Amino acid sequence: MNKIIEARFLAPDIKLFRIDAPLIAEKRKAGQFIILRVHEEGERIPLTIADSSTEQGTITIIVQGIGKTTKHLNTLEAGDDIHDLVGPLGKASHIENFGTAVSIGGGVGTAIAFPTAKALKEAGNHTISIIGGRTKDFVILEEEMRAVCDEVYPTTDDGSYGYHGFVTGKLQELIDSGKKIDFVLAIGPIPMMAAISNLTKKYGIHTVVSLNPVMIDGTGMCGGCRLSVDNKTVFACVDGPEFDAHSVDFTLLMKRNRMYMSQEKVAVEHFCNIDKMAVEVTNG
Amino acid sequence: MAELTNKERMAIPRHHMIEQDGKARAKNFSEVNLGYTIQLAKEEAERCIQCKKPLCIDGCPVAVKIPDFIKMITEGKYEEAAKILKGDNALPAVCGRVCPQEEQCEKVCIIGKKNQPVAIGYLERFVADWERENIGIQVPEISEKSGKKIAIIGGGPAGLSCAGDLIRFGHDVTIFEALHEIGGVLLYGIPEFRLPKEIVHAEVAALQKAGVKFVTNFVVGLTRTVDELLTEYDALFIGVGAGLPYFMNIPGEYLNGVYSSNEYLTRVNLMKAYKFPESDTPMFDVRGKTVAVFGGGNTAMDAVRVSIRLGAKRAMIVYRRTEAEMPARIEEIKHAKEEGVEFMLLAAPLEFIGDDDLWLRSMRMQKMELGEPDASGRRRPVPIDGAIEIIPLDVAVVAIGNGSNPIISQTTPDLVVNRWGNITVDLASMKSSKKGVFAGGDIVTGGATVILAMGAGRTAAKAIDEYLKNKEIW
Repeated sequence: MNKIIEARFLAPDIKLFRIDAPLIAEKRKAGQFIILRVHEEGERIPLTIADSSTEQGTITIIVQGIGKTTKHLNTLEAGDDIHDLVGPLGKASHIENFGTAVSIGGGVGTAIAFPTAKALKEAGNHTISIIGGRTKDFVILEEEMRAVCDEVYPTTDDGSYGYHGFVTGKLQELIDSGKKIDFVLAIGPIPMMAAISNLTKKYGIHTVVSLNPVMIDGTGMCGGCRLSVDNKTVFACVDGPEFDAHSVDFTLLMKRNRMYMSQEKVAVEHFCNIDKMAVEVTNG
Repeated sequence: MAELTNKERMAIPRHHMIEQDGKARAKNFSEVNLGYTIQLAKEEAERCIQCKKPLCIDGCPVAVKIPDFIKMITEGKYEEAAKILKGDNALPAVCGRVCPQEEQCEKVCIIGKKNQPVAIGYLERFVADWERENIGIQVPEISEKSGKKIAIIGGGPAGLSCAGDLIRFGHDVTIFEALHEIGGVLLYGIPEFRLPKEIVHAEVAALQKAGVKFVTNFVVGLTRTVDELLTEYDALFIGVGAGLPYFMNIPGEYLNGVYSSNEYLTRVNLMKAYKFPESDTPMFDVRGKTVAVFGGGNTAMDAVRVSIRLGAKRAMIVYRRTEAEMPARIEEIKHAKEEGVEFMLLAAPLEFIGDDDLWLRSMRMQKMELGEPDASGRRRPVPIDGAIEIIPLDVAVVAIGNGSNPIISQTTPDLVVNRWGNITVDLASMKSSKKGVFAGGDIVTGGATVILAMGAGRTAAKAIDEYLKNKEIW
């Protein structure tokens, strides 16, 4: 059991949790993740660690409520417990002074990009971040990114804030402006990462993506998170979660991630019904 | 009862355990074997002639004093029997269910020369179950506290067995487990109908009662390294198993519907996917579908029998050799057949074929035949020219074994491993290349059995005890 110290919404359905986990806080490096379960019969889901504090013994995760477990998680508040929490898992981000490093986050992906952006800054890079959202409400962690990046460019699909368009558009604009970019980190929905990868491939810019396919144990035991990278089978949990974007088979990843879509729908409905029942019971 | 002569004892036929009917059990997850009644156990125990030099003890990887505990059964002293049994075996109810006795103690039983061997495994199970159900699992006598601390990495059979001995020797023992429950393969791998989880929990709880501490959700190598643990503990035992599934490396293994047996069984056993959506972990709905399991070991049998219970229309084992070469226990193969599992032998998959959305639809399969014996004398399967078939398939489960998990070796640079990543140890003591660190079970041998891992755990416990008493062993 790990206690939630702080819980607050950053955007609709996107919630930040600061959780008591001193052992993990002390050990974790940018790019690593945890696996948690919210209750006794819960599934194990991987979530990247967004930040940590050794002094306070806490780690921060940022969660978008999409599936049953993430929706359930987002109902928890400060003082509640996380049933099981294990980590830090996976390999840490490879950090070096590349020169100019662009960290790109799409939606909740910004939370995953943030720790690596921070580490890139500490390594002496000129850091740029492009943080996208559907609308202004979905652009998260702008302030935090500004603290660790020399340039921050918010983008929105509807133009309600910052650059009007996708993160790829903004990156293209930066490239076109003649800025020399040495490294790109892209984290977000798979189509976004695939699009960034296609773009940077054209310009030969070294690009890394963080992938979190379906996992159970997160230590290499189940093989459920296997991916094809450079036409070789790798396990995201022990060989990743970060990979060279230009070697990843995104189509495969996208289709594998749809494996449990119909069950996920059932689970969400089941959860919402229980939730509704609970409300009805409470309301008498 | 008048004392029987050895000749009379040897003439008694072996008593079978009561089993759930094949057709009925194919629809449930309840235990297949229902155990002995007291009457049956006593009669079976009478078959043991109490050899002066019992071969069965040597045949047991943990050297259970078999004739002694069997003698107690004949006298109706079940508590005594349990005490003897547990002196050598930390998990008797587990071993009584999953040990391949026919390859070990029962294989060398003298009665087996003319008749069928004494059902040592069934009797072990009877004694352990009798104790648990009648008086509760008793805590063994514990030696005076040594003040030494030992960390055990991995809460599976090797670690539990090692812990069981070390706690009796008076040491302070903590088991670190990566998953959220203690039991390792006993929980995630072996299904309920072969080993009820309740029994694993009870035997684990007994170890806890004896003083063993458990830390779950702790990945050694990541949460803390081996070197960090060595600053707090006097010795370490690594028993993390062989947890990295092999795939067949044929085209199409990425398709949705293709599982490793580890993933397939973990979803069902540990994560209780069969209760979905009451439990949260989903799995492919196999009801009315065709499932093929690749491999011929116990894990393959477990996966295929799970599929039958989940409602598969057709569930089959696909194996490239013949039944005689299958590493699975004879009993598991028999049970699988009774439950309606098909055996597709001398068959090797060449490719998995999927649809546009990457869902598995069929496999291309090569028929094999047995060729000339190779250097080892085994007849190797060779492809029959042109004998290739397309077989419709919804789910494929790859159960061809496991490699070694890299997390500990990657984070412990001075721990010597072989080229397959298995930790190199001295087999007499299970000591590794690194001072204070012992290892045993599948991480040393590669995928093997529960009892061999437990045997390694015991060997290590003895060596650790000696090491802690300041006998230089490095």
